[in-house]
Amino acid sequence: MSLLSLQGIRKSFGAVDVLHGVDLKVDAGEVVGLVGDNGAGKSTLMKTITGIYRADSGSIHFDGKDILPLDPGQRRRLGIEMIYQDLSLAKQQDVAANIFLGREPVKKLFGVIPGFVDKAEMDRQAAKMIERLGAHLPSINRSVGSFSGGQQQTVAIARALTFNPKLVIMDEPTAALAVREVQSVLDLIRRLKSEGIAVILISHRLNDVLSVTDRIVVLRHGRADADLVTANTNMTEVVSRIVGGGDIGAAAAHEQRG
Amino acid sequence: MASETAQPGFWARVQRASVERLHIRLESLLVLVALSAVMAVLSPYFLSLSNFLNILLATSTIGVLAIAATFVIGSGGLDLSLGSVMGLSGVAGAFVAVNLGWPWPLAICACIIAGGIAGYINGQLVTRAFVPAFIVTLGMLGLARGLALVISQGRAIYGLPAEIVYIGQGRPFGIPMPVILLVLTAIVAHCLLAYTRFGRHTLALGDSEGAARAAGIRVEHHRRIIYTLSGALAGLAGLLFTARVNAGDPTAGINYELTAITAAIIGGTNLFGGRASILGTMIGALIMGVLQNGLTLLAVQSYYQQMAIGAVLILAVFIDQYQVRKESRV
Repeated sequence: MSLLSLQGIRKSFGAVDVLHGVDLKVDAGEVVGLVGDNGAGKSTLMKTITGIYRADSGSIHFDGKDILPLDPGQRRRLGIEMIYQDLSLAKQQDVAANIFLGREPVKKLFGVIPGFVDKAEMDRQAAKMIERLGAHLPSINRSVGSFSGGQQQTVAIARALTFNPKLVIMDEPTAALAVREVQSVLDLIRRLKSEGIAVILISHRLNDVLSVTDRIVVLRHGRADADLVTANTNMTEVVSRIVGGGDIGAAAAHEQRG
Repeated sequence: MASETAQPGFWARVQRASVERLHIRLESLLVLVALSAVMAVLSPYFLSLSNFLNILLATSTIGVLAIAATFVIGSGGLDLSLGSVMGLSGVAGAFVAVNLGWPWPLAICACIIAGGIAGYINGQLVTRAFVPAFIVTLGMLGLARGLALVISQGRAIYGLPAEIVYIGQGRPFGIPMPVILLVLTAIVAHCLLAYTRFGRHTLALGDSEGAARAAGIRVEHHRRIIYTLSGALAGLAGLLFTARVNAGDPTAGINYELTAITAAIIGGTNLFGGRASILGTMIGALIMGVLQNGLTLLAVQSYYQQMAIGAVLILAVFIDQYQVRKESRV
């Protein structure tokens, strides 16, 4: 049975239909690339999985449970994490506050008054997580807004991985990174796969997608238009599926160069 | 400052440490000390113990309102109805105690609940009707004030029970009751904001609503709680004021939101949310208290005091935004 299974997901915003019945399955430990042109509905689809948007109709099952009625917090607790393109960090808060946002460990003050956030424990675990990712931050007590783009990305990744997720959705994780940082994100995806964690990778960088995924799903006009096994496909086919036929030679050549 | 030119890094480090560890801007403390020093030089009466208690007493109402403003602004919201809701709450309490003749504990509850309901309505409108907080609370400013006048028939309600008056005028151990209640409220509020999940989520919400939502925080629910809390605190301020002046005055608290918001901003609350501390707000409230007290001692007309508060508010936001711009350039 699949870890994640979407059937007939529909979503519209007012008069604009974004998703017209999307089917998608992801197995544990599988890396699935989700590609499509701008406006194909990639981000919207992912946000219906995390619960930020509620699907108008269709069903979503995760780990055998119907998660459609659950809110984003409940879905996170089941093990669905997403790294957003804009990173969704609280920039004036420090590293630990961001990593543990919504899931702060609590203790009793003087062993009596409950509900106090265990800041020392948070800092300790945050530092451990950052170190595990092999990253270096100037200080864990600084507000993350003072960090560079790559460092902020590290915090966003650490937040997604700290609570042993089963599925990690990455929305354009490499778009704003330097070459060396891109490689470390791709290595990370491979490592997650080897630990049995499923990954959905949204990316415009088809080279990245082709190099780390098991399957590539092409979203076109709000539908899952193609489901390709990465080992049996190539850049030309993926591009032609994205643009939907036509003069694909030029488009594919452009992607190869890029 | 000599040390600043000799060791540019040192002052910056101390500033950063105070922001990171204590969540206060050191400048506000310096302003408080400097302002007090000036007042002490200008007026020989300023440094007396009784005047010190006077300042604290005068600060107690504003202080409680400023705590409310800190939570709301820290969460990225705004509550302009603080002063009016305070007036309404005081009248509600006096009405329950005097006109209805109910026991005094119910009158206390009436103050807090009246404020809480007004705040709850603010929260509902902000989160469900999608009317901006600025408009909702501006509307509530008018609504609450009008309702206070309706309930009291436009006249102050006199004849409060002695137990209520004690809350405003009693002095256990020589310390005015409102001051004790302010300190207790501030301690609880500080713990709530700085050390609990509720407080952390409040600031995260003000920092980035998207991030809070993505983290699974129930954003709208949280905002409703904050506005309700703000109203209830305004109710407490109404109780303190009513008890102190021994009357349910429908015109109590006019323009108090101006002073309360100013105190919160001086104390280091980011006007746009995401950063706030009760400790800082208390320093801010004391600055406002010292300013008003000092100007009164110097026999400056109250009209000018009003102008001074307005000017301080703009100056405080200017300095804060200047600092933010400077830091983001580093």
